[in-house]
Amino acid sequence: MNKLVYLVPLFPLIGFLINGLGRKSLSKSLISIIGCASVLASFVVSVILFFDVKANGATVVDYFNFINLDSLKIAFAFQIDALSSLFLLIITGVGFLIHLYSTAYMHDEEPQHFGRYFAYLNLFIFSMLLLVMGANYVIMFIGWEGVGLCSYLLIGFWFKNDNYNYAAKKAFVMNRIGDLGFLLAVFWLIEKLGTANYADVFAHASSLSSFDVTAITILLFVGAMGKSAQIPLYTWLPDAMAGPTPVSALIHAATMVTAGIYMIARSNVLYSMSEVTMNLVSIIGLATALFAATIALKQNDIKKVLAYSTVSQLGYMFLGLGVGAYTGAVFHVMTHAFFKALLFLGAGSVIQAMHHEQDIRKMGGLKKQLPITHITFLIGCIAISGIPPFSGFFSKDEILAAAFAKNPIYWGLGVAGAAMTAFYMFRLYATTFLGTFRGTEDQQHHLHESPSAMTIPLIVLALLSVIGGFVGVPEILGGHHSLHNFLSSVLTTEVAHESAKNTEYLLMGISVAVAAIAIIFAINKFSKKPELEDATGFGKLLENKWYVDELYDSIIVKPNTAKGKFLKNIFEKNIIDAAVNGVGRMINYSSRQLRLIQSGLVSGYILFMVLAIIVMVLIWVNDGYIYKFFYNLF
Amino acid sequence: MIPVLLILIPLLSGLVTFFLKDEKAAKSWSLLASVITLAVVFSGLFIYNHNNETTFDTEWLPNLGSRFSLALDGMGKMLTLLTAISFPVVFASTYKNSYKQSGSFYGLMLLTQAGLMGVFLASDALLFYFFWELALIPVYFLCSIWGGEKRIAVTFKFFIYTFIGSLLMLAGILFLYFQTADHSFAIKSLYNLHLSAKSQNTVFWLFFIAFAIKMPIFPLHTWQPDTYEQSPTAVTMILSGVMVKMGIFALIRWLIPIFPEAVANFSTVIIIFSIIGMIYASQIAIQQDDIKRLIAYSSIAHIGLMCAAIFAQNKIGLEGVMIQMFNHGINVIGLWIVADVIEQQLGTRKLSELGGLAQKAPTLAILLVVLSLANIALPLTNSFVGEFLMFIGLFQYNIWAAAIAGVSIILAAVYTLNMIQKIFYGNTVSLTDNAVDAKNNVQWILIVLVVVVIVLGVYPQPLINLTKDTVNTFFVNR
Repeated sequence: MNKLVYLVPLFPLIGFLINGLGRKSLSKSLISIIGCASVLASFVVSVILFFDVKANGATVVDYFNFINLDSLKIAFAFQIDALSSLFLLIITGVGFLIHLYSTAYMHDEEPQHFGRYFAYLNLFIFSMLLLVMGANYVIMFIGWEGVGLCSYLLIGFWFKNDNYNYAAKKAFVMNRIGDLGFLLAVFWLIEKLGTANYADVFAHASSLSSFDVTAITILLFVGAMGKSAQIPLYTWLPDAMAGPTPVSALIHAATMVTAGIYMIARSNVLYSMSEVTMNLVSIIGLATALFAATIALKQNDIKKVLAYSTVSQLGYMFLGLGVGAYTGAVFHVMTHAFFKALLFLGAGSVIQAMHHEQDIRKMGGLKKQLPITHITFLIGCIAISGIPPFSGFFSKDEILAAAFAKNPIYWGLGVAGAAMTAFYMFRLYATTFLGTFRGTEDQQHHLHESPSAMTIPLIVLALLSVIGGFVGVPEILGGHHSLHNFLSSVLTTEVAHESAKNTEYLLMGISVAVAAIAIIFAINKFSKKPELEDATGFGKLLENKWYVDELYDSIIVKPNTAKGKFLKNIFEKNIIDAAVNGVGRMINYSSRQLRLIQSGLVSGYILFMVLAIIVMVLIWVNDGYIYKFFYNLF
Repeated sequence: MIPVLLILIPLLSGLVTFFLKDEKAAKSWSLLASVITLAVVFSGLFIYNHNNETTFDTEWLPNLGSRFSLALDGMGKMLTLLTAISFPVVFASTYKNSYKQSGSFYGLMLLTQAGLMGVFLASDALLFYFFWELALIPVYFLCSIWGGEKRIAVTFKFFIYTFIGSLLMLAGILFLYFQTADHSFAIKSLYNLHLSAKSQNTVFWLFFIAFAIKMPIFPLHTWQPDTYEQSPTAVTMILSGVMVKMGIFALIRWLIPIFPEAVANFSTVIIIFSIIGMIYASQIAIQQDDIKRLIAYSSIAHIGLMCAAIFAQNKIGLEGVMIQMFNHGINVIGLWIVADVIEQQLGTRKLSELGGLAQKAPTLAILLVVLSLANIALPLTNSFVGEFLMFIGLFQYNIWAAAIAGVSIILAAVYTLNMIQKIFYGNTVSLTDNAVDAKNNVQWILIVLVVVVIVLGVYPQPLINLTKDTVNTFFVNR
């Protein structure tokens, strides 16, 4: 099977090259076929690899030395094990569905831009595959920055709109802040262990001092904060909704933003060694989960609600990692990929039916005209709200159970967040699909269900959102948690947190009940009387996202710009350059006084050259004198 | 014989070019000469690479103890290769530009090339000084005759700076000369010197300031943005692509091995200044509206990292510097070509007057985006490997040095993406409404550069192997 490994990233790379270079000459249908087929091909290989890992265990394939110094070797190598093979399935599987969906969603683009879109999308899949397949942190970083680049290119896909360009730039720069943390962690590992290979790092992790481990894991986590949009580096993600909706589904919900979770799960050996970092991860994760959920309560842009929901759900995953439930976090990555991709694609279907209207206050009653979108979207909402037996229930429950074992307060806050999740999701659902239509007549006239290239992915993802949780049914519900068994070779078994059976039933019951109440309340409230006015009071604070963007702008961006302007216009000009010009003027002045230079610099220079030659001749004639002179000088 | 040819071909062909009155003849002649030089470099790399073919030694000024002695080690090979690649690229990409008295223009350019080759080849201090000046003097003329509006003032500043540097270096060389037992300028004699701590600490600065001006290192940098802005772009390409490497090269070859104790004393100070310069230049680059000045400040930031990595004094960092000297040259020349294409076509370099060019010139946009990504050291572009290794080197020296210097990689993203956005994205403005894509010859040159960027980004090993011997001897000698 080793022979197949390189094919997984190769197909999308070829797709990228063909579509990228041929975007002006290929037809749209050919571009679609190449774009989708390349990802489908890698999905097929991924399935083969997945079963191979299941049967024969992990494998590392070494291709060539990326960097080969005497003191440092970094191989271009791929590691296919339980964790990476699972991610391969998610990336290529969900990725393929989203490519398919895109062929219809982007159909109005000019061929050239259509090709550009698919080229970027394939390049993204390629980079994401490098990220998860790499056998060392450097290859992971290559993919890490690669997906950041693709995210940048796709957020700014409609580059005529400057707002989108700013959003793209913001995403890239914020990610770079995180990347610096990632890089420093890699340097630290190389400095202490002389290697960045996973196998070697984890084997020698015990030789690291506890300070080193804490520093490395925190720095890696800073990288994860950027990529996975955690406090304080999350504000780029909602703005990233400027990109085409399938991009939001693929990059900003299902795959790229979960890279941070992958990275920490991958490094679980290190993380388990540092209590400090684990606490930090859980607190940041929980805070993000709650904070983003409050913002989502008052958003009126269909994609913004989903974006904040994504930030919030990522927070849950970090909470899971922080309390040692690595499997739970990875499980939630998987189920979240299904239902959040579903929700975004559903939103895309709505947006297209509404002629690019994204404000849910101008929608309503879409249930009839968009039956498939409606039913699949509803499934997504139920799944994310954690209602059994939909997939979100199992993964979220696993995280919450582990949180309870660690600290009941974590659990309490987590359930509160889950209640908010259910509430805002069904506010969104009810406002969009229930009630009466509030758009223009023209829009109502043209309401229609999307073509099958879009509905098929919706149906498949809806199915996965329903059944996807069954791979991780906990034992108290009579399951075997096959996912846990599969991942156990890579992820350290979490700290024992067996609560009494009754307690677990009780916890489950409470969280489901709370979610159910929130759902009923939201449907009742918003199907009849949706919020159409701008919020006031506290709601206004939420609607404006706690004014965090404004805060960043005034404490970071503006002072930095002012500093830059000061350096450019005042410091550089009036201090450094003035000093130089002063020296220049002085020389000029004294030269004039000495009448050495009469008409310009070149003659002066030649004169100095002549002087220098005279000096040399002097040395030649009588070096004793000059020698003494220099000797005395020093 | 290879080293001699590398100097003689540009020198003689340059002298001939002065007498070519016809513009076209001067252009094709110098392009041909530079291609031949490139061929010679390649033959030196792959065919005539035995020791006796890559060194040359003969009497020059016997009374002074100076010999005409040239040698090619790994670093020399790499930098002569960079020099040899740069000139044909510059000539070809600016082929359509026209200069008054073009014979003299191209003649001076070729003389500069001869000087640069000599600098990278010389293993005699006096000879090194001679070539250093040979490389610089033509640039004064190039800038003051063919430059922009403010060329006279700017050249004067450039001249003052580099002249002071040269004088200090000459004094330093003479001092060393008198310290050698056999009164020799040979590099081996200088390496064998055992200088007192006191004299090391003084003479070190004579050399360092000369080299720091050339690189440049904060706060000795203000000649550079002005000179880059005012020089004709062909000259700017050579200045920033190749000439700044003279300073870095000289640090490694002529400074650090001779003054080990002084280096130990001052490396912290120098690294601090380098890092301040990185952040400072990046901050200013963010505020720039002129493409040329933006690239100039960006280049200062990148050079700061190289200087810091050299003084961190470890193998990994130095290997990064080696790779990056080459890669920075390729990338920055590519950026200048794009800047030149835009200026030639639209008559402006102001970001605020541009916009939407991607709709009119998509190919140029893609090529600039790749070069820009290389400028911010994105993985799988050539500069990632260099910067990665340099940062490891810096990290091994001091964690905080790496962390603070690392801020520049965030700032680099800001100014570089700003530049792309303002030139290419958004709606077209009146200036760019009728713009067209770059001409074919320029496109092809940029495509070649972009291919080099990616190939060396995916497989940097050839550069590493080429320069390994220099890195190893550098640390063995100490």
